[in-house]
Amino acid sequence: MATIAAAAAGLALAIPAQAQELRVGLSAEASALDPHYHNLTPNIQLATQVFERLTDQDANQAPQPMLAESWKALDDKTWEFKLRNGVKFTDGSDFTAQDVIYSFCRVPKVENSPSSFVVATRPVDTMTAPDPFTIRMTTASAYPLMPQTVFSVAIMSAKQAGAPADLKFNKDGCEGVAAWPKTDDFNKLKFAGTGPYKYTQYLPGDRVVMERNDSYWGKKPAWQKVTMRPITQSAARVAALLAGDVDFIENPPIQDLPRIKGNANLDLVQGLSNRVIYLHFNYLDDAPPGVSDSGGKNPFRDKRVREAISLSIDRDAIVSRIMGGVAVAAAEFLPNPLAGTNPGIQPQKPDVDKAKKLLAEAGYPNGFGLTIGTPNDRYINDAQVTQAAAQMMARAGFKVQVDAMTQTTFFAKRTKREFGIWLAGWSADTGEMSNSLRALAGTPDAKTGFGTTNPGGYSNKAMDELLTKALTTVDDTQRNAMLAQASRMTMDDFAVIPLHFEVTVWAFKKGLTYEAQVNQYTRADAIGRK
Amino acid sequence: MLAFILRRIGQSAFVILAMAALVFLSVFAIGNPIDILLAPDADQIEREQAIVRLGLDKPMWEQFFVFLVNMLHGDLGRSFVHGSDAVHLILGRLPATLELAIVALFLAALVGVPLGVIAGMKSDTWVGRSIMTGSIVGFSLPNFWFGIMMILLFAVELQWLPSGGRGPTGTLFGLEFSLLNPAGWPNLIMPAMTLAIYKVSLVIRLACAGTREALLQDYVRFARAKGLSRTRIIGVHVLKNILIPIVTVLGLELGSMIAFAVVTETVFAWPGMGKLLIDSIARLDRPVIVAYLMIVVAMFAMINLIVDILYSVLDPRVRITETAG
Repeated sequence: MATIAAAAAGLALAIPAQAQELRVGLSAEASALDPHYHNLTPNIQLATQVFERLTDQDANQAPQPMLAESWKALDDKTWEFKLRNGVKFTDGSDFTAQDVIYSFCRVPKVENSPSSFVVATRPVDTMTAPDPFTIRMTTASAYPLMPQTVFSVAIMSAKQAGAPADLKFNKDGCEGVAAWPKTDDFNKLKFAGTGPYKYTQYLPGDRVVMERNDSYWGKKPAWQKVTMRPITQSAARVAALLAGDVDFIENPPIQDLPRIKGNANLDLVQGLSNRVIYLHFNYLDDAPPGVSDSGGKNPFRDKRVREAISLSIDRDAIVSRIMGGVAVAAAEFLPNPLAGTNPGIQPQKPDVDKAKKLLAEAGYPNGFGLTIGTPNDRYINDAQVTQAAAQMMARAGFKVQVDAMTQTTFFAKRTKREFGIWLAGWSADTGEMSNSLRALAGTPDAKTGFGTTNPGGYSNKAMDELLTKALTTVDDTQRNAMLAQASRMTMDDFAVIPLHFEVTVWAFKKGLTYEAQVNQYTRADAIGRK
Repeated sequence: MLAFILRRIGQSAFVILAMAALVFLSVFAIGNPIDILLAPDADQIEREQAIVRLGLDKPMWEQFFVFLVNMLHGDLGRSFVHGSDAVHLILGRLPATLELAIVALFLAALVGVPLGVIAGMKSDTWVGRSIMTGSIVGFSLPNFWFGIMMILLFAVELQWLPSGGRGPTGTLFGLEFSLLNPAGWPNLIMPAMTLAIYKVSLVIRLACAGTREALLQDYVRFARAKGLSRTRIIGVHVLKNILIPIVTVLGLELGSMIAFAVVTETVFAWPGMGKLLIDSIARLDRPVIVAYLMIVVAMFAMINLIVDILYSVLDPRVRITETAG
């Protein structure tokens, strides 16, 4: 009996002796610790671990309860969120509806924000708290995506920031707040969140250190201390993992995957991402840049030409040869089972003969010349994918050239419409189809907010109408059916040609686990132990 | 002497002004930062607001004018990406780069000068020849390749040294230095060696050429004839004479090591100024790029000034010709 007790005691002692510290190598650094400062993935993925939101995104980006336990639409224009009771910020203050109002108010007040989260707060017209654990929001028109949208707004403590007790929401910021917290003060770790971790050290360019929040309301994360280090150079990131300097890295380069798989001490996880790589067209210019021998016409306005391009590309070959199998051929903007996708839709099968026939019908029996613009440092193997697509298109009779450049030049040129056809990528932050359709296929219009990444000016009034209708339909099933139909319309018109979805890879020491996130986030609270 | 220094300072000021114009205008040619900074799904309203927030709606000449006026007040702008003062941001990264450059400089001098002198003295033996051949290797190895090979050998295979990053630091005047904390030294070794390898080769070649030339000079023969010891001839007479070009070059190289340790810092994820520069270029953070280059220009102007003054101390003839000319 005594021996068993001793053995049990020994076991109990052995467990805390296990490594309690996790070191993570990231491919990009957050620009600040202020969760309202910069609406970009490296910042959001870091902030979610410290500053929670009303809703979370699950591994498939569907909204999940977080600081809100439940929500419902009271009518077309009113949303009600029931807040979680008994949640504390890491400074000891209690979480109430005041904090939600304060956080929504602060978003438009962040100074020098390079990319603001106001896109998430702007739809909210009024916000009230009927009791300390209920939030009611109204919108000017029906806004069904509120549960997805509130994920963008991190909740900070109003009390800690010195907000008045009788805080009133106002669309342009709360009334009665004398001074708003400064981004630099977040960098000095002055503000607390409710998340599973709290920041303990921030050395810009070098590391962010977090410690477990022991009074966390939810599931306790596996690690006492987490160090996040930006190692932007991918070979160095892999070397750091191989050398044992870090335990976990994101985005190892494809060419290093066999080496990691062959290493007995390492493991990896792959997950389909929401990022689609696609070809997009210039519809607006009569003579699009880079197009030659087209008889003075814009050939991309002809649906048969676009279909011929789609038919000439062998997506499976790109996936297996260029992407090393670490990608999935795409049939629309988002992979199944994300909201608003068509369950049965299949990626286009290549058919060069049919492509030639369509080209001849369109009046280009000898093809025509075109130049594909592509970034060469933004997406996984982006320039190689474009090269491969160009060669495949050449088989159908196109005379294709590739113009590859660094992303900073590429995006500026794309906005100025200096390409006739280009390759780019899109990830839907909300994890549902309306986001992609609005940005890539909607008719550009500042009033509707459509077409923000549709510089080529594709316009399909029927699709716009259906999308507008879907965006005001609160019922999830009905809305998703409409979105699926709108997506089908866009694909049938070959408005944009999807090629593949990127697959995100995380590599780590044996004995760790990771739940792959479709939004490509790396979160320490999702890293477990076997 | 004073006139000499004043004239040099005037020249430096002119260089800084000319560079300000050049740097500011060329940064505009790279691209529009708004496309990189904004979240991809930002709508048109947010886009317009961000452009106004960052001052990108103003014409270029106006932006340049504002920049010049602010520069004369010592303000080089605010980072688009981080939202904080650009100079503050850069200087915050200075200690990391500075200690890397200084360690590399010492390595270069302490390894390069003796090897170069030996190679110069024994230029016809296998020792001299192998030192010179080795220096060619040091010249021709690309910096990033050497860094990655070192990581593979010492970090991945042997696991003797950490693969990158900055280790624990000690504090001096409120600034963090790894040199002050022995636990941080292992992190410093590989980046400093990577940064030093090219300079070592450079110093070897300079010292070797200088020694060979000096050994044929009359004063060396005279010293020999006078019966001075070999150590004294080499250690005092030869060394002193070959040091002028080496000091010049190392001075300039210190500048370039501080300013452009970009590759080394990227490979080793070393949080210095070079890493900041490359990150800023990738994100088109114009104010940081411009502020960085301005600081670098000012630094080079300073170093040149100091080197010129050092010259005139080491060799009075420089001062005399300057005054006469």
